[in-house]
Amino acid sequence: MRLIAENLGGERGGDTVFSSIGFVLEDGQALLVTGPNGSGKSTLLRVIAGLLPVAEGSVRIEGVAKIEDGGEAFPSIASACHYLGHQNAMKPVLSVAENLRFWRDFNGDGHADVEEALETVGLGGIGHLPFGYLSTGQRRRAAIAKLLVSRRPLWLLDEPTAGLDKASEGGFAQLMGKHCAEGGIIVAATHLPLGLDGAKELRMGASPSPLWGGSIREAERGGGLE
Amino acid sequence: MLALFLRDIRLNIRAGGGALTGVIFFLAVIATIPFGVGPDLKLLARIGPAILWIGALLSCLLGLDRLFQADREDGSLDLLVLGNDRHMLALTVLTKCLAHWAGSVLPLVVAAPLLGLFMNMEPLSIGATALTLLVGTPAITFIGAAGAAVAVALPRGGLLISVLVLPLTIPVLIFGVSASYGATANPDPFLQPFLILAALTLFLAVLGPVSAALALRHGTD
Repeated sequence: MRLIAENLGGERGGDTVFSSIGFVLEDGQALLVTGPNGSGKSTLLRVIAGLLPVAEGSVRIEGVAKIEDGGEAFPSIASACHYLGHQNAMKPVLSVAENLRFWRDFNGDGHADVEEALETVGLGGIGHLPFGYLSTGQRRRAAIAKLLVSRRPLWLLDEPTAGLDKASEGGFAQLMGKHCAEGGIIVAATHLPLGLDGAKELRMGASPSPLWGGSIREAERGGGLE
Repeated sequence: MLALFLRDIRLNIRAGGGALTGVIFFLAVIATIPFGVGPDLKLLARIGPAILWIGALLSCLLGLDRLFQADREDGSLDLLVLGNDRHMLALTVLTKCLAHWAGSVLPLVVAAPLLGLFMNMEPLSIGATALTLLVGTPAITFIGAAGAAVAVALPRGGLLISVLVLPLTIPVLIFGVSASYGATANPDPFLQPFLILAALTLFLAVLGPVSAALALRHGTD
């Protein structure tokens, strides 16, 4: 499978946030999207997922195995991706396990067990607690467990390690490495190094201004692969 | 889809859900009417079905703003929209509407016969009103879903939803009330307005979720 973006542009409220972005990701490759605040990292991820309209250019997936060949067909990027946004998409009044079980049933393509996924992110034994009782880092880890309960080849991660401690960051880097090793693709917007070996980097927004580290306008000049 | 239905029902019932709010508001509205109208039992019995319907309509509108907003705030809505290829978004919306109806509106229908006693209504009239509420209130939820989807991004959209939705619910109210009256007042028919009410519900069960899905798709900014 390949994720291809050509001359991609995105806008928010009528203002161009970025333009002329292009990249090709093959199986097992990861792309780190970096850049100052407001340079359009989150917008780029939402455009790729299809939550925001494509302003110009195109983004698509290619080479998905046909159903006849034993693979799954993904008619669109949205159906092939896990989107982990700023919010965790979990209900505070439901228990962690109930939340995960719901997303497992709703998303289909069950992969890991709920218990197994919770063990993997280091939350084993607290599945019965209401999600609202957890700390910020634990919530993030529970949201990461959501990536594991259903299988998706493409992970779109927006600041995935926000709120995680050092040990969990390491654990998450291993998870991402495993996903790539199994032929998955990752696009992650981040400020922090994620510890992914061999990841490409896409720097959004050109030179940061001395005072505030770049502005939305500067991003219009576009970013390029490094 | 069943998972989504069960999740929404659970959310409705657990702390912070809106299941009881509507019923208590309904109770408050109906309980104050006799004090305002005065102790004229005949008059109360005559306006009873209409008052029950108006009370139920307003209570329905009360909880609608949380239908999609809660999901939007915690990011679930994005994932529900992204699931469009597996579960058509309109069906997802329909499921959420049914769960909302079962969790928040069905208690109103159950409470209606009891509140009918406050209005000195006859048993037959009470039964007819409860039946029309049972058939007619889903229509209000379906219209409300479209309004809730349009106003999902607004922080205090509750009032706006009510204003948007209220004119559209008037036909439901008219046929619901006239069917309730038809059961007791002799020359008036019961079946015709009741069937039109059922038709309205079925029609809006399609139109409401489809338009709400359209609004949600374009409101993910």
